[in-house]
Amino acid sequence: MGAANGHNKTPRRILSILVNNEFGVLSRISGLFSGRGFNIESLCVAETLDPEVSNMTIATSGDEQIIEQIIKHLRKLIPVIKVTDLTELAYVSREMVLVKVHAEGDARAEAMRLSEIFRGRIVDAAQKSLTIEVTGDDDKIQAFLDLIRPLGVKEIARTGKIAMARAQKG
Amino acid sequence: MAIKLGAEMVLEALRKEGVEVIFGYPGGAVLPIYDALYDSGLRHILARHEQGAVHMADGFARASGRVGVALVTSGPGATNTVTGLATAYMDSIPVVVLTGQVPTSLIGNDAFQEADTVGITRPVTKHNYLVKSVKDLPRILKEAFYIASSGRPGPVVVDLPKDVVSSEAEFEYPETIALRSYRPTVCGHVGQVRKALEMLFAAKAPVVFVGGGVILSNAADRLTQFARQLGVPVTMSLMGLGGFPGSDPLSLGMLGMHGTYQANMAIQNSDLIFAVGPRFDDRVTGKLETFAPKAKIVHIDVDPTSISKSIRVDIPIVGDARAVMGQFLEELERNEPPKEYFDHLEHWRGRIENWKALHALDYDRNGSRIRSQHVIETLYNLTGGDAVVATDVGQHQMWVAQFFKFGKPRTLLTSGGLGTMGFGFPAALGAKIARPNETVIAISGDGSIQMNIQELMTAVQYGIDVKVVILNNSFLGMVRQWQELFYRSRYASSCMAMVPDFVKLAEAYGAKGFSSAVPEDVVPILKEALVHKGPVLVEFRVAEEDNVYPMVPPGGSIGDMLLV
Repeated sequence: MGAANGHNKTPRRILSILVNNEFGVLSRISGLFSGRGFNIESLCVAETLDPEVSNMTIATSGDEQIIEQIIKHLRKLIPVIKVTDLTELAYVSREMVLVKVHAEGDARAEAMRLSEIFRGRIVDAAQKSLTIEVTGDDDKIQAFLDLIRPLGVKEIARTGKIAMARAQKG
Repeated sequence: MAIKLGAEMVLEALRKEGVEVIFGYPGGAVLPIYDALYDSGLRHILARHEQGAVHMADGFARASGRVGVALVTSGPGATNTVTGLATAYMDSIPVVVLTGQVPTSLIGNDAFQEADTVGITRPVTKHNYLVKSVKDLPRILKEAFYIASSGRPGPVVVDLPKDVVSSEAEFEYPETIALRSYRPTVCGHVGQVRKALEMLFAAKAPVVFVGGGVILSNAADRLTQFARQLGVPVTMSLMGLGGFPGSDPLSLGMLGMHGTYQANMAIQNSDLIFAVGPRFDDRVTGKLETFAPKAKIVHIDVDPTSISKSIRVDIPIVGDARAVMGQFLEELERNEPPKEYFDHLEHWRGRIENWKALHALDYDRNGSRIRSQHVIETLYNLTGGDAVVATDVGQHQMWVAQFFKFGKPRTLLTSGGLGTMGFGFPAALGAKIARPNETVIAISGDGSIQMNIQELMTAVQYGIDVKVVILNNSFLGMVRQWQELFYRSRYASSCMAMVPDFVKLAEAYGAKGFSSAVPEDVVPILKEALVHKGPVLVEFRVAEEDNVYPMVPPGGSIGDMLLV
């Protein structure tokens, strides 16, 4: 479970961007999106093995022409080394969510059960609440949130999506 | 390797880049650079406003093809450059602007004359830098000039904190550039070039569409040879004027909102548009859905983002216009169009001649008022078209585009993308410095000229011999025209009820002034102005409520023109 494929029907796209890890690069990229009216649904950025290079994963949406423009404009930015539209490839994506849920009485057992079903981890426990960590693809995170919500969610934090192309088989 | 002060590195880098003149305005944060400039031998033109300095650097670049350089201080000095940068950015002009910055220890402190220059200028530059260590200075300056002038050119800002330029380091100016993330394409894809040529050979009604890229990449000679060899009619965007001789029988003149009847009709009826270096901006295309409905489109551009941005392109060719036109000429040596091609083209040119005859550009030559068109035509005739013409923005700009038949590239300097009033005069000053032996004319309006009139002092101080011709219609003419046509003639704030006495103003600055409202004066005054040594300000009080035609109403199809 958890592997998304490239034949998604929604216009959502996952772009993986290698950039020079330099001052102001994030503002160049976010400024490009806001200045040209493109959407950012989520954005994650961190160093790669080469400390001079960072990898960004941006989830965005738009029709073919807009996506083409987004990719071309990203490539035009001086510190951008490489842009890959993962949606065109087979790729793996993950997101992590932390959910602080109301957990007293029956709800506590139910929360722990849900955590287990979704292979989550309880990372903080208090008398009236539990904080659960769940990692997975879009569908899994969404399903978990749908099920946990009736128990009374106090707070959530999501990392946004990170993604990587699958290795060639064989 | 020598130890150098940051400020000296800046000047040394400018020398290595072949810079001979910089346009600027000093202030606290750039004092170390100005101090180094004092006995450097580099020529510095003191503008009267930082915006003027950037437009001068821009005009210098447009007229010469070399990088224009401006130097300003931090805070307000830097923020005053924003309009100049945005102007250069929209028209892809290679400019390097060096801005002072407060010392690194004060950045973020709301220090005196501090502004987030890199943040403010990011959307209006091709790239920008904040130099945090003097050790990075040589590399960054090298990159700045390379990025400004290569690929699709554009402005680059280098923000220089005072402590960085005041400290020392070893200086070695890099010979080469190693930018793994920036490698502009030069040559076009060979297969695409062949396909495009085949498509052209099969066309019955093709049009070559020249954009600013032809000027920027010095492709005009190759493009002209190509179009003439194949007998294809040529139209130009505002930025493309001069990319093909305006007096050539194949020239249709400018297309678009104020394009000629024949250019717009040819585009709308064409079956192939061979576009070299334009970006299909909205003033060219009009309503996108009805633009050139029958045409296939070949689009050559160095910037992939320009291709299929607004108009779907059938054959995209990414590459430098000059290099790609060279490839086309080579292909032409091996390939000839089929015989019927020339028959089709003859028929096609015949149709275009009919459109030309139907609605040629014209105006009433017998009225009692001076017509702006007449002034521009007279300037064209008196100079034989052999002049560099800068414009401001509005009606006069469109009339220049229509009535001055630009014959050579880099002879029209105009703010096509941003439409910056106040651009023309300082740009003309920069152009005159780049090309001191040529006649340089700034054609302006009573509105535009007042936006950077202070540079008259710069012109007089340095003896920069530019002729300014103001077409004064007592209105912001283009605003008034739109109000007349689309807002029931409610002239809200478009009437320039008061302007200064331009003759006295010229004299106050130490320049020569002329003024007249009489048509018979146009020729003698312009003759005198052109031979006068030194800056001249000529004001013609022209017909007030004159409109630029043809006009495609905003949002309309370019085939639907208002003709009178």
